[in-house]
Amino acid sequence: MSEALLSVRGVTAYYGNIIALKGVDVDVGQGEIVALIGANGAGKSTLMMTIFGNPRARDGAITFDKREITRLPTHEIARLPIAQSPEGRRIFPRMTILENLQMGAALGERARFSEDLDRVFTIFPRLKDRAHQRGGTLSGGEQQMLAIARALMRRPRLLLLDEPSLGLAPLVAKQIFEVIADLNKSEGLSVFLVEQNAYHALRLAHRGYVLVNGAITMAGSGAELLASPKVRAAYLEGGARKAAPTAASPEAV
Amino acid sequence: MDVFLQQLINGIALGSIYGLIAIGYTMVFGIIGMINFAHGDVFMLSAFIALIIFLALTQFLGLSSLPLVFVLVLIAAMVLTSLWNFVIERVAYRRLRGSFRLAPLISALGTSIFLANFVYVVQGPRNKAVPPIFTDVIHITAGSGGYKVTLSYKQILIVAVTAVLLAAFWYVVQKTPLGRAQRACEQDAKMAALLGVDVDRTIALTFVIGAALAAVAGVLFMLYYGVVNAADGFVPGVKAFTAAVLGGIGSLPGAVLGGLLIGLIETFWSAYFSADYKDVAAFSILAITLIFVPSGLLGRPDVEKV
Repeated sequence: MSEALLSVRGVTAYYGNIIALKGVDVDVGQGEIVALIGANGAGKSTLMMTIFGNPRARDGAITFDKREITRLPTHEIARLPIAQSPEGRRIFPRMTILENLQMGAALGERARFSEDLDRVFTIFPRLKDRAHQRGGTLSGGEQQMLAIARALMRRPRLLLLDEPSLGLAPLVAKQIFEVIADLNKSEGLSVFLVEQNAYHALRLAHRGYVLVNGAITMAGSGAELLASPKVRAAYLEGGARKAAPTAASPEAV
Repeated sequence: MDVFLQQLINGIALGSIYGLIAIGYTMVFGIIGMINFAHGDVFMLSAFIALIIFLALTQFLGLSSLPLVFVLVLIAAMVLTSLWNFVIERVAYRRLRGSFRLAPLISALGTSIFLANFVYVVQGPRNKAVPPIFTDVIHITAGSGGYKVTLSYKQILIVAVTAVLLAAFWYVVQKTPLGRAQRACEQDAKMAALLGVDVDRTIALTFVIGAALAAVAGVLFMLYYGVVNAADGFVPGVKAFTAAVLGGIGSLPGAVLGGLLIGLIETFWSAYFSADYKDVAAFSILAITLIFVPSGLLGRPDVEKV
């Protein structure tokens, strides 16, 4: 990977005076799926949001497609071919599915809208049946599909996905991971994926990073990380026993 | 029966004005969660702007076609009042966003005091009279010596202008990308920004639209009562706020419904009980709503807000 599509260099971010990211380096290459795993509160979602400038990186640099975006306002970053399906999905509950998708589409691109709409309805046929239903009435899995579909409406080159499997039935989660793999294969969509479900994420990803207390502690190919005893101890064996609260504690790495 | 019909007509005309102002309160609350206490004074300001433009057009330019004057006054008042509110948002509220919750509220109170006193200083404290226009009335029941029910041209004009404006406004909010962005910011501003919506610009636009509607209310108010005063922002402002709360703050249809109800309650109370206590009636509604139905008639219960 010579030139990364997204490159995060030495980025720090704060919530007030509390440091959330301590000099993070991450790269996502063209056509790659990169997974970021880590425990609750490690800063995974913060990194996703910092890439979009909210909270803004205090130090370091973020470059997308050779362009520095560290200081760009959030809405201007969003107008680049980079899209996010954020933590908690954040679909607009009192808008219809169709309106949610219209929000995802770039303004002033009417000609492409119906084409893009057909495309996401082909990927997620369930959304088509409910196009005029309000977002708030959807099930968790459907909301996740809508969040991804909304992000795809802008024809992104890079998709940031924050916890797409959270709270979903295993079968629905599997379906969503399959869609991501398909998009990556068929269209070369680059994906930066945050997951607590480390096993699924690392199997899907070409490469992965481990984030602990706001710093990257390990990096490697998906297979390498899956095989690493430290990762297994901290994120995988614990994943099998989801109830064990200490299993994924950051100190374990 | 005749008295009832007459009060119904009066109440709907007055309620239309309250409804137009109430939309400004409810929209701003919906998008930034702030009660814009200066909104009533923006309304008062628009009545003065309308008066000045009206006099300039009729006295200095000698325009005599009343419908043309009315349309020009309406447009000019909408543009100028919107501009005022745009500047107010920029100067008094935008910098305080993300500050503690009370900060913009206090700033709004300050802005309200500033606007009222600014108009006192430049226009004087006395009532300014508007030459009577659109004075014709339609007699609905030609009572012979009895009670005459009349429908004035002014009242027809008020209701018609309000209806047309609300239809246009509804279309913008529901059907245009602009309205969609506005609703998106209201539901989840952070997500809207992630989708490329310029949230600051959308909020500014909300103030502009709210002011344009308040400006129309100001023009109609000036026409209806024939006098304007720098103190006129306060009481109608608080009544419109009551209307917004009654209808469910944050709800656009609620603001219109609340406005009509407050207008009707006020006129009926004046007719059947006591005109001296009409303000008490309106404000009792505010207290009763807040105690028994705090989310208002068409409002959403708070639990839905995550």
